[in-house]
Amino acid sequence: MSVLVLVEHDNASVKDATLAAVTAASKLGEVHALVAGQGAQGAADAAAKIAGVAKVLLADDAAYGHALAENVAPLVADLMAGYDAFVVPATSNGKNIAPRVAALLDVAQISDILSVESADTFTRPIYAGNAIATVQSSDAKKVITVRGTAFEKAATTGGSAAVESVSGKGDAGLSSFVGAEIAKSERPELTSAKVIVSGGRALGSSEQFHAVIDPLADKLGAAVGASRAAVDAGYAPNDYQVGQTGKIVAPEVYVAVGISGAIQHLAGMKDSKVIIAINKDEDAPIFQVADIGLVGDLFKIVPELTGKL
Amino acid sequence: MKVLVPVKRVLDYNVKPRVKADGTGVDLANVKMSMNPFDEISVEEAIRLKEKGAATEIIVVSIGEAKAQETLRTALAMGADRAILITAEGEVEPLAVAKLLAKVVEAEAPELVILGKQAIDDDSNQTGQMLGALLGWGQGTFASKLELEAGQAKVTREVDGGLETVSLKLPAIVTTDLRLNEPRYASLPNIMKAKSKPLEQKTPADYGVDTAPRLKTLKVTEPPVRQAGVKVADVDELVAKLKALGVAA
Repeated sequence: MSVLVLVEHDNASVKDATLAAVTAASKLGEVHALVAGQGAQGAADAAAKIAGVAKVLLADDAAYGHALAENVAPLVADLMAGYDAFVVPATSNGKNIAPRVAALLDVAQISDILSVESADTFTRPIYAGNAIATVQSSDAKKVITVRGTAFEKAATTGGSAAVESVSGKGDAGLSSFVGAEIAKSERPELTSAKVIVSGGRALGSSEQFHAVIDPLADKLGAAVGASRAAVDAGYAPNDYQVGQTGKIVAPEVYVAVGISGAIQHLAGMKDSKVIIAINKDEDAPIFQVADIGLVGDLFKIVPELTGKL
Repeated sequence: MKVLVPVKRVLDYNVKPRVKADGTGVDLANVKMSMNPFDEISVEEAIRLKEKGAATEIIVVSIGEAKAQETLRTALAMGADRAILITAEGEVEPLAVAKLLAKVVEAEAPELVILGKQAIDDDSNQTGQMLGALLGWGQGTFASKLELEAGQAKVTREVDGGLETVSLKLPAIVTTDLRLNEPRYASLPNIMKAKSKPLEQKTPADYGVDTAPRLKTLKVTEPPVRQAGVKVADVDELVAKLKALGVAA
């Protein structure tokens, strides 16, 4: 079986989510990596070094510059003539492109897989992670998105794949990129952080959120996350959101501060190795999944904790 | 312009799903069902376009069992003009839904289709993108802002790391994210009025679409249960635990 993996990149380097997708793909067969972008030679060179990647296809064209699904999907669909499976990290970019590829190939997509049971059988979470379905695909070609936290990351060194240029139909003329507002952060990226400190609605305001959560995160070298309630209330930006509709994380340590633990939130973090909850309500559902809980006022506890670390 | 809004009847988001003991699925007997929350946002957005004079007619469509009528009536009560129900037994996968919707689009010729970004039961996040591919239309997925101007849809999308804005040539597909809007509640008079709005019933056969599943669900299980944890009495004890975990010096 030969597998094409879509590389998530910023033109110069490969993003971590790709490494988990490579691991999942290598359980299926020989892995080729597709780097689609504009001026993406650097990313292709980085992809060639990933352990387990046998070949890198580089599609370098202005049409692929902003990863518009309307342009990238036909490129992938054409390349799929030579592959049995298309594997994509379940990032916002991957989720945008993969179903479009699947429909062009007339196959079902298997979203957000947690494991590869065999060449045609996979497990995936449904109902916000409250159930795990084992599904078997009857399609000749598989289109799969991979939950990044469910697979080990492939090593970024050790590979020596050849880079080959490919071209597609270019610009489909359906859409164009206008602009982006990317939040700048000095902290580790949420989905790949080892430690995450997350705040909820109990923080009360944006000022208090940053005053209480940020120093603790700094002390722990942690990324900062938030519950949907905190994001909706404007205490934290959208891309901090952990949950079914936000980011799915599985750090070594997840510190939930003032988060009650709604199922929507738990779906995004309950695979964390150790969960620590700080909440004044001792009946909050978060304590049912927390390994270590501390009941009390977060405005007293968190500064004290920060001070003692 | 006409706007088409597909809506799905799902287990209410407040209900904790229970996996059936025989592992065949999640128990949906006698539990509260509602409109998928992302679809409420789609309906709301379509209504706002109509209120601004940008849309002339809102058609809602649902695919599934006969009870999905209730979901369509809810959308009509919110402000949609008419509804189409395509009755189908069993689970209809996103690919089949997209094919059915493509046929509805062919028949109704809307200029915009607004879908939720994902259904909270199968969590697939596929249908809108698949419909875009089948129709050869542009797609603005995970939209947190939508503006229509001169034959274009300007869509601000929620992406990893922030926001991105794309411009789509109309007709186009938009899928809604949570922050696009706050859906309205249907008022009682509007619920009464919705009962007399047109609701057309169809079957997949009417559209010549095969809805046979491509994926076979072998089993559905409970996720692994976490071990019950301990509660610590004070910050000092928590610090000691953090040090033991190696995350604090």
